[in-house]
Amino acid sequence: MPGPTCYIRPMTASLLDLRNIRKTYPSDGKTLTILDGVSLKLDAGETVALTGESGSGKSTLLHLAGGLDQPDAGQVRLNGQDIGTLDDAARALVRRDRIGLIFQQFNLVPSLIIAANIALQARLAGRHDAAFCAELAARLGLSEMLSRYPEQLSGGQQQRVAIARALAHRPALILADEPTGNLDEETGDAVLTLLLELVTETGAGLLMVTHSPRLASRLSRHANLSRGRLEGI
Amino acid sequence: MLYAALQSLSSHWRRHPGQLVMLALGLALATALWSGVQAINAEARAAYDRAAATLGQDQLSRLEQSDGQPVPTAEFLALRAAGYLVSPVISGELREGGARLRLLGIDPLTAPTETQSPTLTGDTDIADFFTAPGLLLVSQATADGDLPLGLPPLRIAENVPPAAAITDISTAARLLDQRDPSYLLIAPDQPFGLAPITDATNLTLRSPEVGSDIARLTDSFHLNLTAFGLLSFGVGLFIVHAAIGLAFEQRRATIRTLRALGTPLRTILLALGLELAAIAALAGLIGILLGYVIAASLMPGVAGTLRGLYGAEIEGVLRFNPDWAIAALAITLLGTAVAAAQAMVRTAQMPLLAPAMPRAWAQASGRALRLQTLAAIALFTLAAALAVFGTGLYAAFACLGALLIGAALALPAVMTSLLSLVRPKGAFTEWIVADTRQQIPGLSLALMALLLALAANIGVSTMVGSFRTTFLGWLDQRLASELYVTAATPDEAEELMQALAPDVDAILPIVSAPTRLFDRPADVFGVVDHPTYRQAWPFLAATQDAWDRVANGTGILVNEQLFRREALSLGDVVPLADGLPIVGIYTDYGNPNGQAIVSLTRFAETFPEDRPRRFAIRIAPEDTPALATRLRTEFGLPADAVTNQAQVKAFSVDVFEQTFRVTGALNVLTLGVAGIALLTSLLTLADLRLPQLAPIWAIGASRATLAKVEMARSLALAAITFVFALPVGLALAWILLAFVNVEAFGWRLPMQVFPADWLLLLALALLAAGLAALGPTLRLARMPPARLTQVFAQER
Repeated sequence: MPGPTCYIRPMTASLLDLRNIRKTYPSDGKTLTILDGVSLKLDAGETVALTGESGSGKSTLLHLAGGLDQPDAGQVRLNGQDIGTLDDAARALVRRDRIGLIFQQFNLVPSLIIAANIALQARLAGRHDAAFCAELAARLGLSEMLSRYPEQLSGGQQQRVAIARALAHRPALILADEPTGNLDEETGDAVLTLLLELVTETGAGLLMVTHSPRLASRLSRHANLSRGRLEGI
Repeated sequence: MLYAALQSLSSHWRRHPGQLVMLALGLALATALWSGVQAINAEARAAYDRAAATLGQDQLSRLEQSDGQPVPTAEFLALRAAGYLVSPVISGELREGGARLRLLGIDPLTAPTETQSPTLTGDTDIADFFTAPGLLLVSQATADGDLPLGLPPLRIAENVPPAAAITDISTAARLLDQRDPSYLLIAPDQPFGLAPITDATNLTLRSPEVGSDIARLTDSFHLNLTAFGLLSFGVGLFIVHAAIGLAFEQRRATIRTLRALGTPLRTILLALGLELAAIAALAGLIGILLGYVIAASLMPGVAGTLRGLYGAEIEGVLRFNPDWAIAALAITLLGTAVAAAQAMVRTAQMPLLAPAMPRAWAQASGRALRLQTLAAIALFTLAAALAVFGTGLYAAFACLGALLIGAALALPAVMTSLLSLVRPKGAFTEWIVADTRQQIPGLSLALMALLLALAANIGVSTMVGSFRTTFLGWLDQRLASELYVTAATPDEAEELMQALAPDVDAILPIVSAPTRLFDRPADVFGVVDHPTYRQAWPFLAATQDAWDRVANGTGILVNEQLFRREALSLGDVVPLADGLPIVGIYTDYGNPNGQAIVSLTRFAETFPEDRPRRFAIRIAPEDTPALATRLRTEFGLPADAVTNQAQVKAFSVDVFEQTFRVTGALNVLTLGVAGIALLTSLLTLADLRLPQLAPIWAIGASRATLAKVEMARSLALAAITFVFALPVGLALAWILLAFVNVEAFGWRLPMQVFPADWLLLLALALLAAGLAALGPTLRLARMPPARLTQVFAQER
């Protein structure tokens, strides 16, 4: 199995380069265009908020950026490599080694304790650093609950676990799909503050989907998806 | 990465130990029932092989009289004088009460080396073997068992089959009262230059036995057991399928997360496969141990069945055989792979981005249901075609298989159709019906397992019940005489008959001789002409003048087994006493061999050396006890030499009950396994159903009400399954009676139904369903409201 280094590309390329992305879905016998020629660039250390109405294609764009799905047309380039053309197994390795994903529903493994959840992706990637995991847990206020199971934690705590998991393997790119969507305003603010601090410290790029203009304003750039096209970049 | 994925996936079992137990239990039970049956079969077959190998019967040719009568000693001496290497054997059976011992008398001086007769050690044994009173070599089990009285001293020897003894030919001749050898063994290497032995004698040459008569005769019995083992294994796999399905469903989100985090699909599939293989191996080992225990406990019953039904002697002891243990482990792994195939394929095809659907597995599509129904119709058609056109035991079992699988596949469609007929009044009832319909796909596998177990139960109990009723009626006909007497010798019997004749209504001598008819072992009986036979004999078919022709020596009666096995009909000639036409066919339940009846005169002409030692007495029933006492006191007969009708009947009924004890035990075990399958499915659904129940609870139905509905639903589904199982079970019984039994035992019985047994079975099915539903129902009734509100918080 190839090691993570085989994906390193010259630093001249953008961290994430979405070029003229088009994505459609069949619906009631017709073809529904979700994304229609969307282009977006994101460099290391940059944070971009992606907003838009429900059904505007925000999550779809995030999934394409993370190699969870493939575009009908256009390119998804990560450090210059077009990951949209890779097969499923190769895209899985790209995600494992270079991307951190944060979901609105947290998607923790319910049968693993918090410590194991935090370390999960790092262990899958073969880059488990126990000290770093412990530091992340401490920074996110999770040290006291490492031996608990996800169901024993509140929503805000679970989302902090998800953030720790996404950062534990030191990814180049973090993709967050409404990470505070399930949290109250105060908790959401606190979680985002921590996420931004950690992203800055690790030098990763962040693409975050959110409904909230207030939260979007805290990121370095803001793009809005409307009728399948991107505005405001 | 594989290790991390494996650890993440297998952590599920730590959090859900109950599921792991269910999975392991299902696998262990399936393995246990299958391997137990295989162990019994392997042990019995090994016993037949050992018996067949006694005295090299599986290697040595022999010379014998074509009519099964002893070979004249002069013939043996002539062959020896001509230089042929032949060795005499006297073979026969000693019977006393229920004790039986097969004697093999050999001549160690002329016996070919291939006979591998047990080695005698020490001068004392060798001297004892040749000189009076002789020495009997027997196995330990035979020595420990019930033996006829008056035997010479016993010595324990290996490789002697159960209920058999090897002794010197002179000892056998004395004990069996037979002077001439039963047959002559032929050494494989004859002196050079001699003509073929068949040119030197008129005796018939029989080739070595490839597979003994007993092995052929009992094949069908073992096939029956195998079919039951397979059914139990199949029902066990339903549990495994349900448990694996649940585990995969509950881990659907975890699998998606792992894939989203970068674990390739093949790594996940490999991890799931490894995890299942490990669980299957462990459960398989437990199953093998359980199977050994089940087989060991059933073995005495099987031994009794084989002895009673086929006259096959096997020890009631099970030896551990690594071969069946390895085969059982292999079939467990294979069964797990089959049971997990659907879940694995679903996992492989699961799109990465599809939303998590906790009840996706329960939502069988309408297309799948239609396909399932079409497959059921095709299988029913196949079963009907096999019933009409098929012949042989395998066709009968294929017919059974098609019927059962077809019924199982048809069950969800039947249930859905029945529920669509229900027109509920009121919103809550409407919800209950709709919710039940939605649950059917999730519960269908467990209900199919229950259906199979119930149908098998109804089928087998109908078959056994029909058998019992017919058998008891037949016993009344066959055992019409009041007393049965066994004398020590034919002369003593003659004296007794003469002495008693003036004081009784009639004396009916009982005499038989073992012979071979149509190249198979058979017994020929000689009877006197008496109204006892004319009025009560259980004929299946007979000519008008059957008894007249038997009496004047121009006709013969044959039993149903011989009639069916040789496809005979009235008028066909049986090769006995220059050929006698068949004038009647009679039922003869419980006898493994062919049997024929001729007049006593004809018998005496054909078997002059066989004179009656037993006779039956017709007397007024109230005088019977006094006569029995007189026989013991005045004539000094031992207690077991005089038996009354009731004692013989009790013995016969005991043999009958023994026969179906094993199938009865397997039946109960299968029903138990089906109950566990139902429990597994209900536990599975209990968690997955919370999102459906929580809103109903939120809008005003109490937890207690919901729990009652859950319990009532389980009972109702079990009752519907029972109603559907009833016709399937009766069809099963018909196939067993009309096809399988005829092939397996050689007789056909009229089918009778026993509604009282059905009610009992329905009660058992409801009890099993109620017990299975009890845990999940109580859990729901006591569920903290916070757990239900959590559903809304976590709803996706």
